[in-house]
Amino acid sequence: MRLLADVFLLIGAAFACLGALGLVRMPDVYTRIQAGTKAVTLGALAFLIGAALLFPQWWAKLLCILGFILFTSPVSSSTIARAIHLSGIKPWRAPTPEASGQAPMSPQAAKPAEGRR
Amino acid sequence: MDDISADPRPSIGHYLFSVLVLALLWLLLAGSLATAELIAALAVGILVTAIAGPRLAVLSGVRLSPLAPWHLLRYLLTFFTALVAANLDMARRVLSPSLPLRPALVEVRTRLRSSLGRMLLANSITLTPGTLAVDIRGDRILVHWVDCPPGTDLDRATAAISDAFERHIRGFLE
Repeated sequence: MRLLADVFLLIGAAFACLGALGLVRMPDVYTRIQAGTKAVTLGALAFLIGAALLFPQWWAKLLCILGFILFTSPVSSSTIARAIHLSGIKPWRAPTPEASGQAPMSPQAAKPAEGRR
Repeated sequence: MDDISADPRPSIGHYLFSVLVLALLWLLLAGSLATAELIAALAVGILVTAIAGPRLAVLSGVRLSPLAPWHLLRYLLTFFTALVAANLDMARRVLSPSLPLRPALVEVRTRLRSSLGRMLLANSITLTPGTLAVDIRGDRILVHWVDCPPGTDLDRATAAISDAFERHIRGFLE
């Protein structure tokens, strides 16, 4: 039980970390929101499952927290995205025209300045 | 939100539904099933429903049929699968050195009429692979798609992004 809880906590930490990395690496606001919202939501979910395994007597409260996170976190990111959209910001485009079309998985250096982190 | 979807007045069933949900929430927070707690839960549920009254119009999209819980369960299953898939997908994109992105804004059509249903659909879109709901105008949801195939039109985007969720949501929301 302890081990399983640790695994879930680790998964949560890993996804939160990926979310942070996504915020750094993504090229524009929309994609940053995407990386942030998804990774952090699943990260929080894994944290809560881990906590529920460590402290089984809290499961009901943790379930409530989970429900509220699942309901509110997408709403807030959609709201931010809507505000950006209404203020007229267009989504980022790949720098060369052929990068956005023909080669879906080609190792196209999207942002040469950043490269590998 | 500026879409004017006129939610009709809630029925008696919806009031009962609200009381039950609030009572359940109380019991979850209280964490015990003692008689006193049950009574308190019901009292709080009725009190809050009475105060909220006609403003519960948001609930009127809930379909009160015996099959609804089954649809809700199937929706949750689809949703969690999609959530995990979304995260693995995002992790792959973030970690790959070349950042494989083809972002674009596309529109998606929805047949859900209630505002609660649309909100749930938009939430689902936001938490699933590579898509983020940006705006709702009438029956169109504007979606930011990280990996948009070239030449995507309304029908194809709808089929790819929202159809699976919408099918399940329609089972328990209008």
